[in-house]
Amino acid sequence: MAPAPRDEALLERFAVGAFRYFLENVNPENGLVTDTTRQGSPSSIAVVGFALSCYPVAVERGWMNRVEAMERTLRTLRFFWNSSQSEDVDATGYKGFYYHFLDPRTGRRAWNSELSLIDSAILLAGIMAAATYFSGEAEVRGLADALYRRMDWRWAQNGRETVCQGWKPEFGFLHYGWEGYSEATILYVLGLASPTYPLAADTYHAWTCTYQWENIYGHDVLYAGPLFVHQFSHIWIDFRKLRDRFMREKQSDYFENSRRATLIQRDYAKRNPREYQGYGADYWGFTACDGPGHGTPTTSRPGREFFSYAARGAPWGPDDGTIAPAAAFGSLPFAPEVSLSAIRNICERDTRIAESCRVPSGLNATANWMSEGYFGLDQGLMVLMIENYRSEFVWNLMRNCSYIRTGLERAGFAGGWLEVTDAH
Amino acid sequence: MPTEMLSPSVLAEDAGNRSLLNNVHPEGWVNPRPADKYNLVVLGGGYAGIITALEALKAGAKVALVERNLLGGVCLNAGCISSKAMIRTSRLYAEMRNAARYGAERPDNIHVDFRQVMERMRRVRSRVSRRRSASELKALGMDVFFGEARFTGPQAITVNGETLRFKRALIAAGARPAIPSIPGLEEAGYLTNETVFELNECPGNMVVIGGGPLGCELAQAFSRLGSHVSLVQDEPLFLGQEERDAAQILSESLARDGIDIHLNTQTLGVRTEGTHKLVDLISDGNKTTVHADTILIAAGRAPNVQGMNLEAADVDYSEESGIRINDFLQTSNPRIYAAGDVCLEHKFAHIEGASAHIVTQNALFFGRLRLSALIIPWCTYTDPEIAHVGMYVKEAREKEIAVKTLTVPMHDVDRAMAEAEEDGFVKIHIKEGTDRILGATVVARHAGELIGVISLAISTGVGLRRLAHVSFPYPTQAAAIKMACNAYRDRHQSRFRAWWVRKWLSW
Repeated sequence: MAPAPRDEALLERFAVGAFRYFLENVNPENGLVTDTTRQGSPSSIAVVGFALSCYPVAVERGWMNRVEAMERTLRTLRFFWNSSQSEDVDATGYKGFYYHFLDPRTGRRAWNSELSLIDSAILLAGIMAAATYFSGEAEVRGLADALYRRMDWRWAQNGRETVCQGWKPEFGFLHYGWEGYSEATILYVLGLASPTYPLAADTYHAWTCTYQWENIYGHDVLYAGPLFVHQFSHIWIDFRKLRDRFMREKQSDYFENSRRATLIQRDYAKRNPREYQGYGADYWGFTACDGPGHGTPTTSRPGREFFSYAARGAPWGPDDGTIAPAAAFGSLPFAPEVSLSAIRNICERDTRIAESCRVPSGLNATANWMSEGYFGLDQGLMVLMIENYRSEFVWNLMRNCSYIRTGLERAGFAGGWLEVTDAH
Repeated sequence: MPTEMLSPSVLAEDAGNRSLLNNVHPEGWVNPRPADKYNLVVLGGGYAGIITALEALKAGAKVALVERNLLGGVCLNAGCISSKAMIRTSRLYAEMRNAARYGAERPDNIHVDFRQVMERMRRVRSRVSRRRSASELKALGMDVFFGEARFTGPQAITVNGETLRFKRALIAAGARPAIPSIPGLEEAGYLTNETVFELNECPGNMVVIGGGPLGCELAQAFSRLGSHVSLVQDEPLFLGQEERDAAQILSESLARDGIDIHLNTQTLGVRTEGTHKLVDLISDGNKTTVHADTILIAAGRAPNVQGMNLEAADVDYSEESGIRINDFLQTSNPRIYAAGDVCLEHKFAHIEGASAHIVTQNALFFGRLRLSALIIPWCTYTDPEIAHVGMYVKEAREKEIAVKTLTVPMHDVDRAMAEAEEDGFVKIHIKEGTDRILGATVVARHAGELIGVISLAISTGVGLRRLAHVSFPYPTQAAAIKMACNAYRDRHQSRFRAWWVRKWLSW
């Protein structure tokens, strides 16, 4: 799995470039990291979860010293533990969960955002990564455990079979549920493993009932259009040969599934049914990303418009000619050959990207457009998935997190690293 | 049923409607003298009622048909036919605007003459009504009554004071638009499917409340004909029961047509300021207001169970779900049957037609045909169309059936490429490990035409293996079905066969 020296150097450059995001866009007082580098950007709790997961990588790689990483982690955990938890419209969180966007200075709810279950789960995954890496530090361990114990997953279920997507103090639970395969596996695993308010045992099965196993372009796959769906939970969990009931039935696993989902993206780009510029075997990455913006008609295809930030997907779209360069980095562990080939094409040929060693959220060759600034989710995904590809470090770290193991077992997973007890 | 709905008085004044009225509710019609007894009395002259009455008549039964308003019901007068005629014109305008997509030059001044669009639609409606007009039915030997039918006992009804006695009866009274309880809506006024086809001027700003089949079809048609349309749906996706990918493709298509999409949105109320209507919406706690000069309510349908004195005939019903029936379409009075929108969950004309056959056989010939045995496809006629037959994946998985979906994107179909009709897919769901088709969803410009082949295969028990041997003309969009069969064959060639083929070709 080790990359060739030339690729190793390329990946190191982009990993370092991506990690810089977390050094340059953090409030060192409370550990909150902004969602993007754009003026006035709030902090995203998911980006904070990514940051907490990246600090151990940075220590191991020598990009950050251990004391500094631990201090920053502690400040982040202390902030969340001491932050305001109530039904107030400007609290930081409620029932142990947190609002999607926070004011990076005050730490209070920003943009009238929702109390987000998936973003809270990603934050918690980061907290668990920190607690596992700094397991010798009692305060880190204690705060992480206390933060987990405060999250009321039963409440988040709101009496339904599956977990609600969010809640607002002005409105109550959001209408949206989780239908179909999504990035929520990490949410269910952590929700099921809760030491205080675990999700009901049958909730994971209820969610998987909405899965759709399809043959697309000759690949048998658990379908979801945007690539981030096939990547986010895999940051922390090595799904190779790890199977739940669904994957046992299909004689596959989620790792292999993400490989096939990546190949489908590539196949779609080769077909390029909407005739966008640039698309091809080494130019793909349809996922949640920034776009040129609404209301701008394309000149090449009348009747088509560009979208702004949207969860793009293949093969059913939305597709407006925009790709996310970070998506290929996110698929490195699953499909290294095709991902590296795309990375080389996208990142080495574009001098703006090659020189900065940082990737923008979106690129649109049809519109001759590149997203302004950088987005935290992209940079975190890159640091962590490059590392999993190079050394499997995050996966190996999280094997030592007992909650992940408990959650996977409660969801019915078996095989893979779960069978190798105490080996790491 | 309120008399102002689907009655002669709501029809706009034009030649097409005068001709329609002459067919479906002729002025000066004199009801016949009732026979001593009818084999079958049908209450409701909509699609289900007329088809059943005709089938019974052909079998030699003495049949009476009672309609209080317009023969043909919603399907002819305020639904399928009317909307399809409008949709056809709206598609033409969409194609004109997107002419460059087909390598053609966009016309300079695209002007919509809305009155002409509606007059054509009414002429089409009138032509369709001819085949089953009151005079045609009478000529075939059917006693056609116009008036309110009320049960006076378990085997008798009255119509305009005359008593009709029957051996068997069918209640096919249809359904009417369900009107959500929205503060200010009544005062502001609104249209439904029963009144919208009588417009002669295209609304400048239209708010459509309800993102089901009718709401989506009409939102797109009106948008393409020049209205600025806002479509409000209280669920996270349009067409609540359809699969996620189909609904998402539709959302994108509606947005491309310039429709303002309001998903996951509730209507708080309607305010009136002069001639303007202000529709207050809320989504995840965020409030917005949309201006409208016309509000179209497309929020489902409610069964017509009132006014027939069903109690006198011992027929059980509920206001919400309609007349209670068993699998043989019998009501709680075994001599009385029900069919169509008044009792069925899926309110589509072709289901009414299929249920009509069950009623004729079961009511008159001691048949034991079951509703549950029917294979019913349905289609929403947006662009692209969305059609479905059989089980959904979620249904199959809930029943613990291992299911696999064979998916063919329309952008892989040669004819779809040639036609620039590449949005959509054919998805055929099979039972894992077999070639048995459980269901299918088709999203394509002509999905309604494609789904019939799969419906035929399911109805006749033909699996993908046999379907793969059927030849389709090339190039057609139906080739997508063949491609799904080929994908199945490629993935499921037995190991023995694969070994044998390798061996055979080793020379």
